[in-house]
Amino acid sequence: MSAELDLLLEARRPIPLDIRLRVAPGELVALVGPSGSGKSTILRCIAGLHRPDKGSIRIGQEQWLDTGTNRMCPPQQRRVGIVFQDYLLFPHLTARQNLTLAMTGGTAAEQRQRSDQLLEQVHLTGLAERYPAQLSGGQQQRVAVARALARDPSVLLLDEPFSAVDRSTRTRLQRELALLRRSIDIPMVLVTHDLEEARAMADRICVIQAGCGLQDADPETLFRRPRTARVARLLGSYNIFRGERGGSANTPELQWGSVRLRPGKEWRDQPAGSVEWFIPESDIVLQRPEATKTGPDDNGIQGCIQECVSLGNRTSLRVVCPDANATLSLDVPHHRARRQRLTTGEIVWLRLLQDGIHPLQPE
Amino acid sequence: MDWTALRLSLELAAWTTAILLPIGIILGRWLAHRRFRGRGFIEALIALPLVLPPTVLGFYLLSAFSGEAPLGALWQQLTGGSLNFSFTGILLASIIFNLPFAVQPVQRAFETVPAGLREAAWCCGLSDWRTFLRVELPLVWPGVISAFVLTFVHTIGEFGVVLMVGGAIDGETRTIAIAIYDRVQAFDDEAAGAMSLLLLTVSFVAIGLVYGLAGRGSALRVR
Repeated sequence: MSAELDLLLEARRPIPLDIRLRVAPGELVALVGPSGSGKSTILRCIAGLHRPDKGSIRIGQEQWLDTGTNRMCPPQQRRVGIVFQDYLLFPHLTARQNLTLAMTGGTAAEQRQRSDQLLEQVHLTGLAERYPAQLSGGQQQRVAVARALARDPSVLLLDEPFSAVDRSTRTRLQRELALLRRSIDIPMVLVTHDLEEARAMADRICVIQAGCGLQDADPETLFRRPRTARVARLLGSYNIFRGERGGSANTPELQWGSVRLRPGKEWRDQPAGSVEWFIPESDIVLQRPEATKTGPDDNGIQGCIQECVSLGNRTSLRVVCPDANATLSLDVPHHRARRQRLTTGEIVWLRLLQDGIHPLQPE
Repeated sequence: MDWTALRLSLELAAWTTAILLPIGIILGRWLAHRRFRGRGFIEALIALPLVLPPTVLGFYLLSAFSGEAPLGALWQQLTGGSLNFSFTGILLASIIFNLPFAVQPVQRAFETVPAGLREAAWCCGLSDWRTFLRVELPLVWPGVISAFVLTFVHTIGEFGVVLMVGGAIDGETRTIAIAIYDRVQAFDDEAAGAMSLLLLTVSFVAIGLVYGLAGRGSALRVR
């Protein structure tokens, strides 16, 4: 019977922590944040390899940590499956032996059958008798995943599991894990600094900076509705501006330089006055001036391309809008940039979609 | 060939190795994993017999084992016998001068085991003891074998310290290395040659074994 993971951690040293997290069975939560933000320390706390100053970790009825009553279960007593960044397979044991060592109970024959089953699940049939040094990076990662599952864990922890392989292997392994997790009904926590990976894999993303959980939401909400400017910046967004909330309660307006924008319903509860706001790139529509037909509610603004850099199949643009005294950043597919003849110095027309304009909370 | 001396040497080497091996594993593991003040001092102390002239070490041990020194006096009180010129005395001396051979290879081996591997074992549900038996020991095994062979062979070949502490009492302290010296003094080149050839063969096989294992050990390293 799978149970929810519920954790609360507080610490000052060596890495400050202040986080509350709940992960439902079958749910995959990604912890993202810059290096040294405490993501891996949180995993180590769950695994029992690190003791925080204060905190509680509970999985269903099992209390793994409760500093209030001085309870700290050692790693051996926590049913945790963990995939380490560098896998940490036992080099003197074969793939199968790596798995059976983590199994508790069962006869040798049962363990053998179970290891065959697990190896088949991670597409390693036929490689059971190989030693880690005889396997490729991707195959080693698969053994590590199988070993983590071999213990029938109550929670699965993945510490940057794709960082040690090349790009094409990473994509393949991500696909495999996305398929595999459909059959896993325990809470899963993934640590990564790769935003795209978190977005692709996770049901929920928790943004962490200096050990502090800043926002915890599903990827769609997080990338479109970051709570604060800090979260938006950590998610790699630059389109953060300051404006003045005006208009009436039901028809809010946003004064941005000399431009008057009509934001969406979200702004009805926003008090009047100066406010920081954000718009995701997906809600900025870029058009050639000659192709533009705009109405009063279209939030159209003229701009001039200041910078146009081709990055593989994407083109990164920086557009200066003199009316708003601001610069917007956005990526467009390379073929579109070519078709629309987007080059430095070109005048373009930008439409900011109403629902994309999002007010940010003060820090 | 002095069979009594050979048997005595083998007995001494067996006892020394049996006593030193657990000490070497415990000390080597401790020094490999722990960082503390004074670690360098302890390592230097263990390595000292490597650089100290055997006669110097022998002289200090002779003094410490004598009835006037606390250790020698205590031993005399407990057993009624003297440590000097006895098998127990040369065994104790042998343990001390072989300490670096028993500790250093094991320590180096433990240092190559990534710290995370122990944590991985704990997360697989293995207790500290099972982690040691199933993960650490198999990985440091070449180092343990090296320590075993080096200690054994070095004990058989040791001359200076044993002569200083034990003298050359037949059946009690005259080891094969001392017997060779005695035979040369007595112009018995044939016996000295036979015993020397035996020691040469044993040493060569032993050192070959150590190098062979060192090569195999490197193949097991984590990539």
